[in-house]
Amino acid sequence: MKFGVVVFPGSNCDHDAWYAVAHNLGHPAEFIWHQAASLGDVDAVILPGGFSYGDYLRCGAIAKFSPVMAAVRRFAAEGGLVLGICNGFQILVECGLLPGALVRNRGLKFICRQVRVRLETTDSPFTNAGVRGEILRIPVAHGEGCYVADERTLDELEAEDRVAFRYVEDVNGSLRSIAGILNRGRNILGMMPHPERAADPLMGSTDGLVVFRSMVAALAEKR
Amino acid sequence: MKARVYVSLKETVLDPQGQTICSALRDLGYREITDVRQGKYFEIAIAPETDRLQAAQRIEEVAREVLANPVIEDFRVEFLD
Repeated sequence: MKFGVVVFPGSNCDHDAWYAVAHNLGHPAEFIWHQAASLGDVDAVILPGGFSYGDYLRCGAIAKFSPVMAAVRRFAAEGGLVLGICNGFQILVECGLLPGALVRNRGLKFICRQVRVRLETTDSPFTNAGVRGEILRIPVAHGEGCYVADERTLDELEAEDRVAFRYVEDVNGSLRSIAGILNRGRNILGMMPHPERAADPLMGSTDGLVVFRSMVAALAEKR
Repeated sequence: MKARVYVSLKETVLDPQGQTICSALRDLGYREITDVRQGKYFEIAIAPETDRLQAAQRIEEVAREVLANPVIEDFRVEFLD
């Protein structure tokens, strides 16, 4: 399985994401520059964490218009797997590929610590290797991670089993404790916690690997 | 020609920055202040030969598509000659 990790100016978790799939799982992974018009022959794309374009205007607002995002949209429309982590999640909601928005944390502080996250569904290519209801220890690192959406959207996400992860304790004020959501086609996942930062025993937790393992399993099945 | 675009959080979206500013102002003795909502302001210069009506449409488009996120924000456009 070949992974592509998109690099925006200001991305800073791109190498961590690469390390998680290439080093920890042993799958080829390559970096894709934000000005690339094509994703090449990758099987899955990761939009990593960081501060794309300095987070100017709004987090993810400028990245939305980058050439590579046009390619990501096409890839996603064809059913390709797209994982957006932290800033990647912010970019996906700005693009409208996922519903809702991510706003300033309720407590105004940048939060950088390990949190407990509940895996809410195994019915997705990002969580199929997990167990429904299991608690994962994964770090968050964000200032704008408070998930908001109107009531109708929130009800829809729950009715369609599209809430992939929820915080066990309230972390940032996110409505219904949402930490990660799927699109309707279930081939796009956006999540604020950083699974790539919980992918090696040295990091204190390997709970994040379930996301990448699931993607590998889903891709293997597709072949 | 200049345009001003004001972007503010929708009434239904919590504004923790505005709330913090509000409580700081009240602590400073401005007890008559009951609420603060924080927003963004853009001043945009437009080439003078641009058609006014067309400029209005295009700035509206910029505000809707780029400067504001319609999921959480409202905007208002003003023109100065």
